[in-house]
Amino acid sequence: MAALYAGYTLRGLAPAQNRPNSGIQGVEAERDSDHVVVTDSTRCVTLYKVSDQKPLSCWTVKQGHTLTGAAVYNARTQEYVAVSDRKVIRIWKEDDIILDKAFKATVSSDVWRVHCVAGGDPVVLFHRGAVRLLDSLLSAPQQPIEEVLSPEEAISWSTNIVTESQQFVIFTTEQKGDHFLYLQRLNPNSLQRYHLEREEPGLSPLSFSVSYRDKHIRLLYLYPNGHVYESVVSVRAPVPEEGAQALPLPRSLLLSLPVGEGLLQAASAQELDEAHVAVVGVPHPSAGSGKDFLCIWNTNFQTLQAGKEMAGKIYGQLWSFWNKLFIPHGKTFSVIPYDCPKSSLASALGKQRQVKKDESKAPTSVPSWNTLLHEEKAHPSRTAETRKTTAPVEEVQREVQLLLSRTDTQDLQTSVGQLASTLASRSLNDPAFYTPSSLVQLVHTRYLCHSVCPDLVLLALERKDYFLCQLCLQFFPDIPEVVTCACLKVFISMSDVDAAKVNLEPDSVFFMEALIAQEHEAGLNGFSLADEEDRSDNLAEGGATAQRDNEKASAAEQMCPVGLHKAVLLNEILQTAYFDSFLLPHLKDLSSQDVVLFLQYLQFVYLKFSHDACKPTQGLRSPSLTQVMDWMGLLLDAHFTVLVMTPDVKDLLLNLHRFVKSQVRFVSELGKIEGSLQELDKMALKRDVGQYSIEIIELF
Amino acid sequence: QVKHPVISLRFVFIFIVQMGEFKVHRVRFFDYMPSAIRAMVFSTRTERLALARADGALEIFNFSDNYFQEKVMYGPRRVAVEALCWVGPRLFSAGLNGEITEYDLENLRPRYTVEAYGGPIWTISVNSQGTLLAVGCEDGTVKMFEVLKERIQFQRNLDRQKGRIISLSWHPSGTLIAAGMMDMIRIFDAETGRATHRLLVDRGAGASKSKEVVVWSIAFLSDHTIISSDSAGKVQIWDGLNGTLIRTHLITKWDVLALSVSQDESSLVAGTSEGTVVQFQFISSTVDRLDKDWVRTRTFKNHSHDVRALAHTETAVVSGGMDTQLVVRPLLDKVEKNTRESAMRKVSFPHRSLVCCAKKAGLLLFQFPDHLELWRLGESDGYGKLGGSLPVKRGPEKLIQLKRKGEDHICCSALSPCGGWLAYSTVTSFRLYRLQNGSISICKVSKLPKDLLPAHQLCFSTNSSKLFASSSNSSVVVVALNELECKYLGTLKAKYGCRQPVHQLSASDNGKWLATANTDCEVHVYNLDKLKLHCTVPVYGSCPTAMAIHPTTSNLVVVHADQQIFEYSLVKKEYTEWSRRLQKQGLHSMWLERDTPITHVTFNPKNPAHIIVHDMFMFCIIDKSLPLPEAKNVLYNQMALRSLPEPDRVLHSHGFKICKDFQHLLCVSLLEDHSLVVVERPLLDIVSQLPAPVRQKKFAT
Repeated sequence: MAALYAGYTLRGLAPAQNRPNSGIQGVEAERDSDHVVVTDSTRCVTLYKVSDQKPLSCWTVKQGHTLTGAAVYNARTQEYVAVSDRKVIRIWKEDDIILDKAFKATVSSDVWRVHCVAGGDPVVLFHRGAVRLLDSLLSAPQQPIEEVLSPEEAISWSTNIVTESQQFVIFTTEQKGDHFLYLQRLNPNSLQRYHLEREEPGLSPLSFSVSYRDKHIRLLYLYPNGHVYESVVSVRAPVPEEGAQALPLPRSLLLSLPVGEGLLQAASAQELDEAHVAVVGVPHPSAGSGKDFLCIWNTNFQTLQAGKEMAGKIYGQLWSFWNKLFIPHGKTFSVIPYDCPKSSLASALGKQRQVKKDESKAPTSVPSWNTLLHEEKAHPSRTAETRKTTAPVEEVQREVQLLLSRTDTQDLQTSVGQLASTLASRSLNDPAFYTPSSLVQLVHTRYLCHSVCPDLVLLALERKDYFLCQLCLQFFPDIPEVVTCACLKVFISMSDVDAAKVNLEPDSVFFMEALIAQEHEAGLNGFSLADEEDRSDNLAEGGATAQRDNEKASAAEQMCPVGLHKAVLLNEILQTAYFDSFLLPHLKDLSSQDVVLFLQYLQFVYLKFSHDACKPTQGLRSPSLTQVMDWMGLLLDAHFTVLVMTPDVKDLLLNLHRFVKSQVRFVSELGKIEGSLQELDKMALKRDVGQYSIEIIELF
Repeated sequence: QVKHPVISLRFVFIFIVQMGEFKVHRVRFFDYMPSAIRAMVFSTRTERLALARADGALEIFNFSDNYFQEKVMYGPRRVAVEALCWVGPRLFSAGLNGEITEYDLENLRPRYTVEAYGGPIWTISVNSQGTLLAVGCEDGTVKMFEVLKERIQFQRNLDRQKGRIISLSWHPSGTLIAAGMMDMIRIFDAETGRATHRLLVDRGAGASKSKEVVVWSIAFLSDHTIISSDSAGKVQIWDGLNGTLIRTHLITKWDVLALSVSQDESSLVAGTSEGTVVQFQFISSTVDRLDKDWVRTRTFKNHSHDVRALAHTETAVVSGGMDTQLVVRPLLDKVEKNTRESAMRKVSFPHRSLVCCAKKAGLLLFQFPDHLELWRLGESDGYGKLGGSLPVKRGPEKLIQLKRKGEDHICCSALSPCGGWLAYSTVTSFRLYRLQNGSISICKVSKLPKDLLPAHQLCFSTNSSKLFASSSNSSVVVVALNELECKYLGTLKAKYGCRQPVHQLSASDNGKWLATANTDCEVHVYNLDKLKLHCTVPVYGSCPTAMAIHPTTSNLVVVHADQQIFEYSLVKKEYTEWSRRLQKQGLHSMWLERDTPITHVTFNPKNPAHIIVHDMFMFCIIDKSLPLPEAKNVLYNQMALRSLPEPDRVLHSHGFKICKDFQHLLCVSLLEDHSLVVVERPLLDIVSQLPAPVRQKKFAT
């Protein structure tokens, strides 16, 4: 699972209460993983050593000038490049102390930003969309700059990436509510324009993030309604001719984040790796509607991996370099180290055992007064989950009802799982606490499975909540054999009187009632207990005569050996999935009376089914004939020696033996007509078309 | 969506009256047998694939235009081409006759042939600069030829070795050349001609120990890695600097016949006798390691027989071999998934018609490489029920089997609509015959005009009075025919600068127009009364695959390799209203995604609104009077429509009547008596005639 570690403060933010922005214009990577250059929105560029939380140098432009573009570090020449007053490009080295004495060049058009990433050359992006390499621009600073964008179009965001072969400048623009993506290749230069699909009217993307993988540029963007989309552009895509129309940019919905009340105001999403996205300014799904959270989501499995409350106002700014997230919030500018191991389904579900992190590797956290104070302040508004651990039964039931009445099913999955396991563990710990109706509701959502809350079935057994047991057996696909066996043991040893009191699912009860109701009807088709040894091979003639002799004996065996409700519960057991070699050892734990009773019941069901072949075709959920046979075989396998030694069971075993014989005979009869059936199959084949034919076809 | 019940009812009426029943002659006696693929080479520069077949035919596919088979050529004699090589836009081949041939791609014939004097040639390879051709000969020499502007000239021999040279590969720098031989690989210094390294290749284990191992294919990469594939089933990776073996991958028990490396040298494919193609990629074996290695990654099994030839394009693996199919298998990490590019393509049939149907006489002419067959269709007088077959009163009859004279392949043939004339052409000769149908007699017409050679395509006028033959430089020769005489009328020339061969010819029924299309995508229409160019259809970016002039309206219908259909009015010299509507609405995506081109266009004389087209898997009657299929709806074909209940059928029907009852079609035509002729050649029949594949151990056999 991805994890967020304890953060620390890089610096405070200037205390301007009602300012909408954080005062930070940009953060850029510097020489190594421990240095960043921070440009504030006015005049100042600061170089920080991150692990020391300490500024190393600071450069300021003169009063009256402002920095209009974040400073970048050019690792090749070890120089810093920044833009002041829109038109002046400044370049300096670390030893330069006074910025105004360093190199300056005035260009002929307004600069939007200077970009530089490791491995690439610095590029200058102008307000009107033109792009120049810094070197070529400085060779003739006053060169005319063309206008790429139409007059109403304005750049909203830009970045720069370097692939194996090429450097790209990517920027997005807005024009009357439409958003466009530009992909500018350098050397050779070419420009592609894409049109972003419109989201709901009036919504424009809050943040963009771009990454390059497998020869494709992936653009990730977040809308105020919490939708995170990904669009993929191939770097190899053929270059359309100049002046071509904007291509539509296909997108795929990666995440649909919960937004709480209203739309997101200031939020940002940043791709961390191929499976993880960091989002700031979005509510935590289990903590009310406060939007001051930093979360890591897994996009493959749509799961929340880690979350952290950020104290104070969120400005919707987020940078990430070298496994650290840089977030301005409230009055602080925090650095939060994170870790995103390779994602797997197991880790996404939280089933993978966490490898203990090396203590030395874990990032050192330095507590700061600021966060300590804020954390304390944040405590009263803790999550609903914590409240629930003490809430009375009624309140829990109401809350669950509320939760389930929500319509967005996406994150319901995770929350239902969490909720059920919390409720189950609390009920196990606290004998006074039990919320049967809530649990039944949760199971009914079908989002649960046994591995999500392993305690639930056992809890139901302990509390004698057989209805819940039945539901679990019906809906959970992954009940382990040991639990199935435990249920079987409880069900079979339960007295019929107790069982009759239990409220069970009406459909299954109805099925069983119908089965028992035709108890004394005569067998209609196929074989019955009449199949005695002396019976002739002639099936048609033998049945009727022999049946009369055995009518008495069979009447006794056609009584249902267990009560109605008990039978219903046993049916559920029969229908669960199992693997026989895992089931066998547990079956051996059953007492011999239980085994005999169960065998009698199985025999009863078997007889019913073989008497009335159309039975299982009804729409109701019912065990199939093969399931009954398999269970019989398993039980006999597990207890054969004991059963053979028990005198009372002799009749039962003899009867079962007769079933087997009749089955064998049936199969051999089928074998006899197999040849004829195959011939029928061949006849159905399409007639062979010869070399030539004249046919009539009709066209509609 | 029952918006216009009245209109729908009217459509029902139209269906009954205009579509209704067709009598279909279902012909399966054309024993067309494609030839095995022997060699192929892909040119990234021109996006063309050249392919050589065992019978000596050469085919050029344009990969940038839906893999359309642009050109088919035949060598001078029936000689197996063993290796092919592009030098820029020029194509060279070498074969076991010991000659190197350069082809004239404009006139579709060999330009010249140079004898190498080294016995059979097994391989040919050009250096990356395109200046030197190296050929590997049976006598153990590697011979260098200098590529000149008009010719190639022998330059030198490298050190002669014992044993034949089977495969060659230049180092990208052009200074070294690696040669695969029997039991070994040699590296030569291309400047001095000295052999610098000798790499010994292991023989197979067990019984094959005593058999020499053949290094079938070799690749020399820019980092001096040499990759070889051999008859012992191995793909081996060698260090070419030190001459050491780095790794051996045993991929089959049989031969590994072909290798191909991608342009960026990050991936290579190897084809085996089992019909599999195995991909190797140059990647690090575990995620966190930096050092890269050639790792076996994927196995494709698209062939039943030997994979003899391979090409690794930027996005796909192209393979071909004994089972005669050309398979283009896109690599899914290189193309966007679920697009047209990501679908696998198989080219089984040529993209032009080998069948000529005499509509008036009910005759079929089948073209084989070495002979022609003329058949008369059968007859039936019974009335049968729908979907059933009629009793055949008179069976089909093979009237004539005409063997070609000389050694050359028949490259085109034609039968006149009345069934009275038959013409065919090879690279070196042209023949015209007069047929007397009743008494089945054939007599050759002598004294033919010389201008008829070389003919790439032949076509008779509807009244059988004229013969058109496409000739060099996009020109068309017109010849008048009457009883036992044949007179040259003139040559139709397109504008200056057209050099590509004409591959489609279509004459109008009224004898006024002739439309031609060449592989430069140009469509010209000539006025036959004046023998002058009438107009040129605006050039569309994809090659025309079939076209025809409508008998009554004189509209030219052109279908292109990208499945687009245009209708051009020859009178008004503009696209027709229907064509504009079609382009405006766009063709249905299911139509556009079909992967075989339309190879024939014809019309229904009873209903001028009908256009009949066909590809390999379906034929379609386009009814221009009906609404076009809408993009948002499913494109129902006839089989699907038949399974629908009657009212739904009306709702879902549209102007494209697609019938898939007959498959693997070589020809669909409409006779004068309004009955359809479909010529099928089921792929299963072709497969059953192939030799047995290599034996493979199956479980429990």
